[in-house]
Amino acid sequence: MNAAVIQAASLCKRYGDRAAVTDATFEIRGGEVFGLLGPNGAGKTTTILMLLGLTEVSSGTIRVLDRDPQRAPLQVKREVGYMPDAVGFYDALTARENLAFSAKLMGIPRSGRAGRIEAALERVGLAGVGGNKVATFSRGMRQRLGLAEVIMKQARVAVLDEPTSGLDPQAAEDFLTLINDLRHDGVTVLLSSHMLEHMQRICDRVALFHAGRIALLGSVDELARQVLGGHRYVNIEARAGQALQLLRGIEGVRQVEQAGEHRYRLLADRDVRSQAAHAIVSAGGELLRMDDDTPGLDVIYNRYFESAHTEEEHATT
Amino acid sequence: MRQRKDSPWHGLWTVTAKELADHLGSARMRVLEWLVILTAAASLYAVFQTIRETTASDPYVYLKLLTQAQSPMPSFAALLGFLVPLMAIGLGFDAINGEYNRRTMSRLLSQPIYRDAVLMGKFLAGMATLAISLAALWLLVVGAGLLMLGVPPRGEEIARVLVFLLLALAYAGIWLTLAMLCSVCFRSAATSALVGLGLWLFLTLLWPMLAPALAQVISPPDTLALLLGRPDPHTLQWQQALARLSPSSLFGESMLALLNPATRALGPVYLSQLQGALAGAPLPLGQSLAIIWPQAVGLVAGVIVLLTISYTVFQRQEVRA
Repeated sequence: MNAAVIQAASLCKRYGDRAAVTDATFEIRGGEVFGLLGPNGAGKTTTILMLLGLTEVSSGTIRVLDRDPQRAPLQVKREVGYMPDAVGFYDALTARENLAFSAKLMGIPRSGRAGRIEAALERVGLAGVGGNKVATFSRGMRQRLGLAEVIMKQARVAVLDEPTSGLDPQAAEDFLTLINDLRHDGVTVLLSSHMLEHMQRICDRVALFHAGRIALLGSVDELARQVLGGHRYVNIEARAGQALQLLRGIEGVRQVEQAGEHRYRLLADRDVRSQAAHAIVSAGGELLRMDDDTPGLDVIYNRYFESAHTEEEHATT
Repeated sequence: MRQRKDSPWHGLWTVTAKELADHLGSARMRVLEWLVILTAAASLYAVFQTIRETTASDPYVYLKLLTQAQSPMPSFAALLGFLVPLMAIGLGFDAINGEYNRRTMSRLLSQPIYRDAVLMGKFLAGMATLAISLAALWLLVVGAGLLMLGVPPRGEEIARVLVFLLLALAYAGIWLTLAMLCSVCFRSAATSALVGLGLWLFLTLLWPMLAPALAQVISPPDTLALLLGRPDPHTLQWQQALARLSPSSLFGESMLALLNPATRALGPVYLSQLQGALAGAPLPLGQSLAIIWPQAVGLVAGVIVLLTISYTVFQRQEVRA
């Protein structure tokens, strides 16, 4: 793996008495897509703002591309492209004019400006409407324009805050493809979201925020192991007499639920698929379907917050 | 203390140029300009009727053009003193909170610029817009004067009016920075505009009425002065000092001294000061400037103080609403 692009150590942010982020420690490696996950108000955006030097750090240290964003914000901001949550543009200006303004602020030389703007608009599919006022743009188009700005910046790190929230499924899909293209360009991407399905598909690693702390950190598989233990689910559709009993008898199966007519859901300690198939077929039954239910981020997420919730209840009683 | 690197002015001109273009092209600016031009035309039209009769004998006919009031219209200069703050507040009241409301602030600040550039850029653009408007307005007046009166303005008249325009710009700057301060402090543009306009009305209309009353309380007049029916000098001094807290009275006084060369003093005049004076004789420009110097310094200082306060508040503000 490449060297760390972003390093945060014991990062804290307090607003008066309220702690927005507490003791966040993580490292993002070059070329990786890293997701910040968590419910609203869990500290994702605050963390992002601290990485960009847009808000002061209460304690802890950050290094972005080996620079301190608190001390050298301009050098960091030159290398990092940021797309805020529900990004806004100047409505009275056209998409091209908006990008031209940003390009001037970025210090892109005059000769290269027009070309880079065109290329960026082309890439996000807005070249045809580049001359239209942004006031006429839909939410999805604005988000894409925000990404065009990041692309135009040719940033080494792209920070995207809630890039897919509020988009229709097709627009979100397109957007994920665009983010994936960024990864192929070798850009390190940090994105925050509470859209679990999107995050699972695109992120190499995620950090799950809960009440300002990083509760879990790692790839989706690692998280699954942490939260769900070694358990795995298997879905089976089979026609057999006494199927429930048969399945319960298999070694390693902890629990069987009837999920519908001829449909069962197994919770097992290990991979029990071949044993299950064998048990059903040898009992003269028909095995119609069987699949390994890989735990998704949504399962992990819900399970984590369920347990966190019960722990809190225990603590209060 | 953390020392920042790079120049705080990086991006300043980009922001200024963009804001200036926004101002000059905005519907708001067009409305304000037409308001100023139409009221000015109405006031000038009435003045032209009477002034033509004295054109030949009056050495300061172009200054008269600005200061003469023909009822029911107030003089051009008085109108300007009334409308310039309106224009300045109109330009500044959503300078900063507008960026938040359009959700462009965090995107803007994530570019490699400091916040200094944003605030100063907006201030400079506002000032440039006001300067352009004032200059254009004055040139229109001179042009109309040339056509209607047939006499070119003299050098001193031009010099006096230019100084007057600079002061009007400083005066406008006070309201612009005040409006910008409101736009930093209040997230809602409507609140910010209301507070700005409210302060303007208070300082322009109510404060001049309150100042004498307050002066009476702070320094009650002597019984002797009361008996003689004369104002007590101490009370008068307080009254003037309090009234001068309002930028509009500073501007009004400098307008008086600059555009009316016969003005010798802005406060009470003692008999001893009148010894040897030629009543009604105009002062040279240098002497008029000496009279209004404190007022001019006060106006410029007001701009600097208000800008500094806005700057301090803005620097500490969280990017997130």
